[in-house]
Amino acid sequence: MNASAMSAEAAHQNAASAAEQPTNVPGYDEPVWPGHSSPGRLERLLRTGEFVITSELAPPDSANPADVYERAALFDGWVDAINATDGSGAHCHMGSLSVCSLLTRLGYALIQQISCRDKNRIAIQGDILGGAAMGVCNMLCLSGDGVQTGDHPEAKPVFDLDCMSLLEIARTMRDESTFQSGRKLDSAPHVFLGAAANPFVQPYDWRPQRLAKKVMAGAQFVQTQYCYDVPRLREYLRQTRELGIADKVFIIVGVGPLASARTAEWIRSNVPGVHIPDSVIKRLSGADNPKEEGIQLCIDLMQELREIPDVSGLHVMAYRQEHRVTEIVERSGVLGTRRPWHPDRYDGDTTVKKHQEEQYT
Amino acid sequence: MYALRRFSVRHARLMELTYAGVERALLAAAPLLDRIGHERLERPVAAVEKLVKGALFDCRMCGQCALSSTGMSCPMNCPKEIRNGPCGGVRENGNCEVKPDMRCVWVEGWDGAQRMRKGDAIKTVQFAVDRRLMGRSSWLAVVREKSAAGVDAARSESRVQATGKHTPS
Repeated sequence: MNASAMSAEAAHQNAASAAEQPTNVPGYDEPVWPGHSSPGRLERLLRTGEFVITSELAPPDSANPADVYERAALFDGWVDAINATDGSGAHCHMGSLSVCSLLTRLGYALIQQISCRDKNRIAIQGDILGGAAMGVCNMLCLSGDGVQTGDHPEAKPVFDLDCMSLLEIARTMRDESTFQSGRKLDSAPHVFLGAAANPFVQPYDWRPQRLAKKVMAGAQFVQTQYCYDVPRLREYLRQTRELGIADKVFIIVGVGPLASARTAEWIRSNVPGVHIPDSVIKRLSGADNPKEEGIQLCIDLMQELREIPDVSGLHVMAYRQEHRVTEIVERSGVLGTRRPWHPDRYDGDTTVKKHQEEQYT
Repeated sequence: MYALRRFSVRHARLMELTYAGVERALLAAAPLLDRIGHERLERPVAAVEKLVKGALFDCRMCGQCALSSTGMSCPMNCPKEIRNGPCGGVRENGNCEVKPDMRCVWVEGWDGAQRMRKGDAIKTVQFAVDRRLMGRSSWLAVVREKSAAGVDAARSESRVQATGKHTPS
């Protein structure tokens, strides 16, 4: 059945047939395809069954936009979407929304991270609208790290919402076009909603259940914490499949290179939530060149994860080794012959002009 | 009190039974409570509630108690006040990432839920707290909600009772 026949039939069956037509989004040059939530590339790739790569931009401690452009350019051509972190680890950096603002102007696909630590529901809903208006198509809803773990432990933790309520609110804004208060929006944000998951910490048998809750609340994709323990992940995936949610959410698994056995040991004992098995530390400590071994270990893991059917993509977090992300992705071969979007393909000013014409004419 | 809080979770089934009893008693007294007036009762009841629940659960008086849906472990003791935990920062030993000497409130809650008959309530999404209810009695709120639902049910027997977004205890 071709697309037009399908939509014609749907028009007969369903009065709300508008959902079957591609929807144009104000301020964005691509429509939302039928059955999609956003006009974005990440959702399109995932829904067409492509294996995706996402990565994380460490926002600068700077007011210079060039610092953001430079960091994004490190991933050019090898990453499908870039996470703009929101004060990760409760440390102060350039804000997530601002990073998104700078980069969506250049055509990049962003995943706007929204943490509940620093803002209440009034500010957060404003940010969701703002992000979507600037062409952010993906939002990652997080509870956030406690302020005590960051560089301003004296700050007031907000936590008006948690990730679950945040997901529900974002979903309501998108699907019902209302704020949490029930007040109507003039134009709903067309966003693909994500959440975080950590299958590698206690209580293990509760973790798939918690993912189910997130899916119920509105999560369409999840990005996991660093995975160094594939058997643990397989068990988690098996349980999510048993719960019947494996087909309702795209699981993007977090990976990243470790610089040395000492770094790994340090992370293991100082960064809660990151689980590194002894075998990984042993492999690194036995290597002549631990840094290269760390990269190779990451690549090996990626290739192993690529073969797991319920893994939809990989989230490469290369803290302080961002310049090696493209090399890691290329050497791993997980993308096959597909090459992600490159900013060369973006017509920049023309698109912005087009948006303005749409609005004002 | 931390030790008593942990005791309560370890005895979540007992707490569940006690709570069911208290709820029945309160519901039976609903007409009397109505006659005295909920606003007049608010402060004294909230004070008693704070004392009892404060001792047993380290209750923070959020005013919309979710204990029956959280394995009898009060989520407001989570440093991030997560109503749908546990977060991804749980330590290897099951302790909190923010307070390393405290058991994760939600690791405890998951244990508690498995001891309860209606422990599955932990699987429903709890919406964010209504900050206006802070410090108010959730017992009286339950009486109001449930006796209203009871009246509705009596009016139309076929109607399925709506329990509302929160499952207060």
